[in-house]
Amino acid sequence: MLHEPAAQSGKDPAFAYKRALGTKMFWAYAIFYIGFIVINLLKPVLMEATVVAGLNLAVVYGFALIIIALILALIYNQACSKREAELSKTEGA
Amino acid sequence: MAEILPVALFVLFVAFVLGVSFYFAGKAKSASGYYAAGGSIHWGVNGIAFAGDYLSAASFLGICGMIATAGYDGFLYSIGYLAGWIVALFIVAEPMKRLGKYTFTDALDANFDSRGIKLLAAISTLVVSLCYLIPQMVGAGVLVTPLLGLPHYVGVIMVGAIVITIVATAGMTSTTYVQFMKGGLLLIFSTVLVIALFFRGLSTTPDQGGRVPFLEYRTMTATELNGTVMPEDTQYSVLEVMKSGSSSFAKLSKNSETSWWKLSTKEGHTELAQTQWTAMGANGSVTINGAPASKKNQLALTGNMEKIAGKTGDEAKTGSIGPFKFLALIGDKESSIIRWKEAKLVDGTDKVTVYYRVSTPGNKILRPGLKFSLEGTPLERIDFVSLMIALFLGTAALPHILIRYYTVPNPAAARKSTIVAIAAIGLFYILTLYMGLGAMTGGVVNLTDNNMSAPLLARSFGTFLFSMISAIAFATVLGTVSGLIIAASGAVAHDLLDRYGKVIKNDKQKVMVGKLTAFVVGFIAIILGIIFKGVNVTFLVGLAFAVAASANLPSIVMMLFWKRTTSQGITASILVGIISSIGLILFSPTLFSLYGLDPSTAPIPLNNPGIVSIPLSFVTLVVVSLFTKGLSKAKAQA
Repeated sequence: MLHEPAAQSGKDPAFAYKRALGTKMFWAYAIFYIGFIVINLLKPVLMEATVVAGLNLAVVYGFALIIIALILALIYNQACSKREAELSKTEGA
Repeated sequence: MAEILPVALFVLFVAFVLGVSFYFAGKAKSASGYYAAGGSIHWGVNGIAFAGDYLSAASFLGICGMIATAGYDGFLYSIGYLAGWIVALFIVAEPMKRLGKYTFTDALDANFDSRGIKLLAAISTLVVSLCYLIPQMVGAGVLVTPLLGLPHYVGVIMVGAIVITIVATAGMTSTTYVQFMKGGLLLIFSTVLVIALFFRGLSTTPDQGGRVPFLEYRTMTATELNGTVMPEDTQYSVLEVMKSGSSSFAKLSKNSETSWWKLSTKEGHTELAQTQWTAMGANGSVTINGAPASKKNQLALTGNMEKIAGKTGDEAKTGSIGPFKFLALIGDKESSIIRWKEAKLVDGTDKVTVYYRVSTPGNKILRPGLKFSLEGTPLERIDFVSLMIALFLGTAALPHILIRYYTVPNPAAARKSTIVAIAAIGLFYILTLYMGLGAMTGGVVNLTDNNMSAPLLARSFGTFLFSMISAIAFATVLGTVSGLIIAASGAVAHDLLDRYGKVIKNDKQKVMVGKLTAFVVGFIAIILGIIFKGVNVTFLVGLAFAVAASANLPSIVMMLFWKRTTSQGITASILVGIISSIGLILFSPTLFSLYGLDPSTAPIPLNNPGIVSIPLSFVTLVVVSLFTKGLSKAKAQA
């Protein structure tokens, strides 16, 4: 009993598109993340190498993992919002 | 002033939080209002509340503490915790919102209506929430001692009582706004602290802006003849030499006062280095550095740079520096940092803990390897991989995070709030590296509890910043614990008693049971918080991630992406995930240390179970689903 949703959400015509895009972007990021682990496992000394502005690879890669996550998230949202708007227009027409 | 301000800010903060709770109490009369804030929270608010929920004591206190003692290895947690949000955004956010109602069990069970899923997913929610609660409560205890001068257990009880009040009055609505406020303040004041750090710069003799004189530790040469050590300073005589592992320590006497020194011999050159130490007598009395322990006689705070790019003393002082220069100088191979390690000795009836200095080159500080031995045994490297996997996969499986998706009106809002969360949390995690390194090089590391590194760093900039940071850290605990208790309430009232047991008769009863559960879970959390005092909170949260990633994530992912998934497969996967991850943790070396046993005798050599338990849970789901596919079809046809 009482198994009602907190808020109703309607049908989402963009669902398949978003799922496919999300999966692709997930794997792109996962490969980048795995790369970090692999370097640390196989050649940890490489992490000491200075890459830019006196910062070593460990710091640059670590910050990149955080910043690229945000960039991918923004791209994903832009693409999803665009597709949602297009499809809702088509449906409305 | 020094004592009134922290207390006043703390009281103001708690009063405000309770005021918010009572204000929203009227909105929590229905189940939807109580468990999901009526699904009416704006995505921007929800995003910051996500940050407030997620940036727990582990993130703020634990990560900064671990970076302060183990350098970059602590930052690995920041990277892993943030990366986990990618899984949440791309895979979980919108489907969870679409399928779920109040709890993640709803979403998991949406296509099955299985009693097994309801039962196991609710149990999993309770287990993960309890695992996550422990470090938060430990963090609360850690904070009140320097802030209010109260014992650890009082802090734990206070947090328990306040959180129970927040949750029991207005459920998810008050929890959301407490988390929103705390998330925002945490970001603002952490940024202020880091900017202050850049203005101060680096020095080999940190004196907290002139507040605390830099403590110079002595090193003297000695001669060793036929096993007898003779210090260069003849006022000292050696009483005994003891070994702990590969390190040697000498007990010296000068004018009938004794002290412990680290004894080292390199290329025929013998050296004695001054240490700090505590000794516990058979009658329980504690002495610190030779005098009885008291409020005034405590171990001195530690941590400083020995060399900055090859320079020492006044020549090394940088003055104000930018964020890149700050990291470049610490990570320079010509820089070195003094860290402190500890050794346990038995001296007659006394149990002695000696804290001694170790010089670590900067290039080793700013790369992984000090805590996770990447050039060590294969097992140590597997442990590192295991941790990184659990952190990556754990976030999207945390019940108290997943229920935030039910507080927004639609899937698009769920997505947008996740992106706000990634921005806020990402910024904060970058700041953790600076705060941790600032503590490590600023002489503010507490030798017995590194969890206090961030607040103590703030204290080095004056009382106001310390008071704000401490009050926010306390709010951090309140926000996260509230979320955890709401998740546990939902699991008991909605999943177990309503949907599984079918004993809930109406909406009002469901809210009432939720509030009662908040009391019970809060009480259990208080007890666990007292028992686990002194354990690094980030380590404990890392384990909670491993349990969540093992018990919940395989089911969520496979339910969304593999059509042949059956309810039996999900049930078995959750069960195997819980048992295997907790079983591996209980018999791990770290837990053996906690039990007071020799860690090398632990039957499971891994500290992080994810690399075994997560694949095991996936495999279980696949195998059981394949075997029960026919069974499910027959049931559906019947």
